[in-house]
Amino acid sequence: MPLLDTSAIRADFPVFEDRSLHFLDSAASSQKPRQVIETMAEFAAHGYANVNRGAYRLSVSATERFEAARDRVAAFLGAHSRDEIVFVRGATTGINLLAHGWGSLRLRPDDRIVLTEMEHHANLVPWQMLARRTGARLEFIPLGDDYRLDLSHLDRLIDPDTKIVAVTGMSNVLGTVPQLDTILAAARSVGAFSIVDGAQLVPHQPVDVSRLGADALVFSAHKMCGPTGIGVLWARPERLEELDPIEYGGDMISTVTLRTATWAPIPHRFEAGTPPIIEAIGLEAAIDYVEKIGREAIADHDAELTRYALDALAGVPELRIHGPADTESRGGVISFTMADIHPHDLATILDQHGVAVRAGHHCAKPLMEIMSVPATARASFYLYNTKEDIDALVEALRDAGELFGVI
Amino acid sequence: MALEELYRDVILDHYRNPRHRRPLDAPDRRAEGVNPLCGDEVTVELKLDGDTVSDVAVHGQGCSISQSSASMMSEAIKGKTRAEIAALAERFHAMMTAEDESAAGLDPARPGAVLGDLEALQGVRRYPVRIKCAALAWTTLEEALGPAS
Repeated sequence: MPLLDTSAIRADFPVFEDRSLHFLDSAASSQKPRQVIETMAEFAAHGYANVNRGAYRLSVSATERFEAARDRVAAFLGAHSRDEIVFVRGATTGINLLAHGWGSLRLRPDDRIVLTEMEHHANLVPWQMLARRTGARLEFIPLGDDYRLDLSHLDRLIDPDTKIVAVTGMSNVLGTVPQLDTILAAARSVGAFSIVDGAQLVPHQPVDVSRLGADALVFSAHKMCGPTGIGVLWARPERLEELDPIEYGGDMISTVTLRTATWAPIPHRFEAGTPPIIEAIGLEAAIDYVEKIGREAIADHDAELTRYALDALAGVPELRIHGPADTESRGGVISFTMADIHPHDLATILDQHGVAVRAGHHCAKPLMEIMSVPATARASFYLYNTKEDIDALVEALRDAGELFGVI
Repeated sequence: MALEELYRDVILDHYRNPRHRRPLDAPDRRAEGVNPLCGDEVTVELKLDGDTVSDVAVHGQGCSISQSSASMMSEAIKGKTRAEIAALAERFHAMMTAEDESAAGLDPARPGAVLGDLEALQGVRRYPVRIKCAALAWTTLEEALGPAS
């Protein structure tokens, strides 16, 4: 598979002016290209005013830009209409909105919420709290020995009592891409509200909600070359109509009296207060950037780097990979440990080589317990990474092994 | 700074062979410390004889800095009074926050350094994100000791 033209891409990212940096932590947050930075700066400098207050030209044009960004997101996801796109603070906020706004009033004791054993805390803790509020029960699709979901008991897990099925589109720890078609079909067969946490998936692989088969999808801009502070909740319009707002204030109302209020139409009823306007313009620029390169091409690039890294890491003594051993149905996220060297020590040593990786539980503590490790180190790839970055990782790992006397 | 300055042999020795890591019969005091950001865990158990820590046990899991610091601390505090331990803690804190060796009053070559093996951790102060790893055992000890009765 061809790699992307990384020398041209890296020239777009000012952070790589530091040639000693091998940035392998895009699963936590991606770097930002000039195109995004400059578009946001230009809009803030010359195009900015609050939106939905259209008494003057600047506000009218800012509102048009803001809603055009919503259109861009809708097209990017394959949504039918801008009304299906809710701007939120990030994937976490989107999931919390669904748990509070849909789950709190609809779930009854002994209803089921079905998740997987490899969820990020963002797609776990909101459901734990919903279960506590409503008496609903949590069930988990288990992880198999091959680091893929074991769907052999899916029909028993997703039963007629199941009201919500929420599953990651790509594990932020293992890289595993689950069998979404099968899981979402099971959710549909019992009429459950199905949710895909797309925080890792959307920046890295083509996603078309018209064919996904889910009721809702969330993702964050900052993992996709965009700014922090903005993400997207997409949901089918009939599901959005079922959803109650959980934040109240300006912009989300239709009429207000001293004692009552009615809500604006979807999606605005979920966007109380001044929205992240500059960030929405930044997200639009990030989508333009990612689409120009192409999501298929990015997925191929990730896969080629993952294949190269899995081969190279297999040659490092005492190194253990926690995740699928092949590139089938997996993204460019590789977790690893090395002998008895704690991942934080690994990360410090790698940092001295200019190699930036994440170390810790990756906001997935239960998964760490299932894998019987306290923590892992994680390297993750994106469109600007090169084989040289992986070579630097391997060399740094050898140095760590020697420093700790394990190789 | 060379990594060897951070990961000195004595640190790796305490990491691989932690001292006082065994059950303590009926401890008088016990506290658990967790660093939620990185998952380091340290448990400190104490036997008190009046104002003196007569015995100590440490358990936990985490990086070499957090676990070696706990092991070294256990050696440094055993048999010491509260006042002596408070002075050690203050010195340790000064070492972690010092701008350089002279500011901390440290001389790596000086024999009989007050903190003993713990002085090997002085390289940690150049890695700000790791200081909390080294300090975890001490904050947990502080909680275990509690205020003087």
